[in-house]
Amino acid sequence: MSIHDFIKKVKNNEIDIVEHTQKVIEECKEINTEYNYFNTISEELALQQANNIQKLIKNKDKPLKNKKLLGVVISVKDGICVKDVESTAGSRILQGYKPLFDAFVIQRVKEEGGIIIGKTSQDEFGFGSFSVNIGVGYKVPKNPIDKERSCGGSSGGAAGISKKASFPHISLGESTGGSIAEPASFCDVFGLCPTYGRVSRYGLIDFGNSLDKIGPIGRTIEDVALLMDVIEGYGKNDSTSLNVKNEDYSKYLKKSIKEMKVGIIKEAFAEGVEPEVEKNVYNGIEELEEEGAKAEEISLELPIKYGLATYYMIGTSEASTNLAKYCGMRYGISEKLEGSFNEYFTRVRSKNLGDEAKRRIILGTFARMAGYRDAYYIKAMKVRTLMIQEYKKAFKKFDALVSPTVPILPPKFSEIEKLTPLQNYMMDVMLVGPNVAGLPHLNVPVGYEKNLPVGMLLIADHLQEGKLIQLGSAVEKGK
Amino acid sequence: MVMEVDRKLLEHVAELARLKLSEEEIGKFLPQLKEALEFFSKLKEVDTDNVKPSFQPVEIKNVMREDKEEKCLSQDDALSLTEHKKDGYFKGPRAV
Repeated sequence: MSIHDFIKKVKNNEIDIVEHTQKVIEECKEINTEYNYFNTISEELALQQANNIQKLIKNKDKPLKNKKLLGVVISVKDGICVKDVESTAGSRILQGYKPLFDAFVIQRVKEEGGIIIGKTSQDEFGFGSFSVNIGVGYKVPKNPIDKERSCGGSSGGAAGISKKASFPHISLGESTGGSIAEPASFCDVFGLCPTYGRVSRYGLIDFGNSLDKIGPIGRTIEDVALLMDVIEGYGKNDSTSLNVKNEDYSKYLKKSIKEMKVGIIKEAFAEGVEPEVEKNVYNGIEELEEEGAKAEEISLELPIKYGLATYYMIGTSEASTNLAKYCGMRYGISEKLEGSFNEYFTRVRSKNLGDEAKRRIILGTFARMAGYRDAYYIKAMKVRTLMIQEYKKAFKKFDALVSPTVPILPPKFSEIEKLTPLQNYMMDVMLVGPNVAGLPHLNVPVGYEKNLPVGMLLIADHLQEGKLIQLGSAVEKGK
Repeated sequence: MVMEVDRKLLEHVAELARLKLSEEEIGKFLPQLKEALEFFSKLKEVDTDNVKPSFQPVEIKNVMREDKEEKCLSQDDALSLTEHKKDGYFKGPRAV
């Protein structure tokens, strides 16, 4: 049943929403024993919300008619704060933290009648591409299509449950350097990362302030457009939130893509891309052409060649300052107050942060240090300027740019173990460019190879999410 | 961009970030960080003379609000997430 039809039935009182939610909770628990998609299942909150909706329906409450998500189950990446529900961003250092407020996007979901089902698993603070860099004591989520493989990261649990759930469901993910599109690609679902600032970050546990974006992951492009319609918009509690007019994303679903121009990024189909991936992405491009779009090759020098270095310098620098606040005092995990300030903070941090968090804090602290700051941190900010200029030039000619989302098929955990941190970082090669430039991008599932899914990445200019939905919808129809 | 990433530098940076690394961690992290920083150094190939840094990917203006008192967390709420409190204050480790 589509989400559209489900909401209709809920509004007409044809579905017992409390009973439905109970079933959903049971299914999530069952899935979780095998796949580890949730750090927390928010049973109490979900049932409380379902009961409230039930009452309003029985009382024939009029405002319910306009609710965009009435009764729809929404899962939330652990790094997004939900009031009274443990929110840890997958890190032991935040264990026990139950926020006193809802993030902007959660306020919006609740206002529209969405039911919050739980907090999905992720790499600690978003530091990873395979959801294996989990915090101390957490469990690794598994690919819904093959349990021996990764579901991608860092919004791994979000993409996994989006594929696995049998019930109407959409997920809230977050991307700093590719963490929405990448897991979506590995799990055969749609993932839309909006323009930087399009969705308020208020209540998001920061990774990189100039990079973090909250966005939807869902089984269909329609689901993704629907959740985007709900969460977009200006929030006064986020000083980087863009004060621009809201869009109606759903209206782009049925728009023709005739005469739209798509640029195939030449450098993204070079060495290192598995032939199975390349073949399927070209199938996706053909589908776009069959629907009337024009595709042409374009060369972009900077994003693929220097994107990774730029991204990791900016990302780790910002992360190292953001994570400085976690010290076991005001919230999250704490210890017996022993020793001096520095001794106490050092003890709490060393014990409760995972390996990748430590590595990134050290890299970022180094990049911002006196003597190195200009060569690394400021240099990266300057290359970012050039990268944005290069993209902007391309968007004068093209409506969207296309590449594979990830150069390889979802790898096995046994293969990931052998990678060095740098080889791990390389997985984001296609995705760091649009993330550094704050450009909206979408993963579109384009096919299966060796029984594993392949995703195509579409990138658009700032605030042109509509075009992505238009193109994504055309590919979905063509399949 | 001359830099020698050695044990001394690693321990110094870790200390700045309030992290104490075990012997095992130092052995593991040192080659990993060397490899990563060497790769990141390739940024120096890009000519950025006269280029301004972009601290944000999109243009953002300063946001001001009126200097008026607004509702905020109560003292009790703010203290509700920790055991380390005393007389309405957070209680921290000793300062000196």
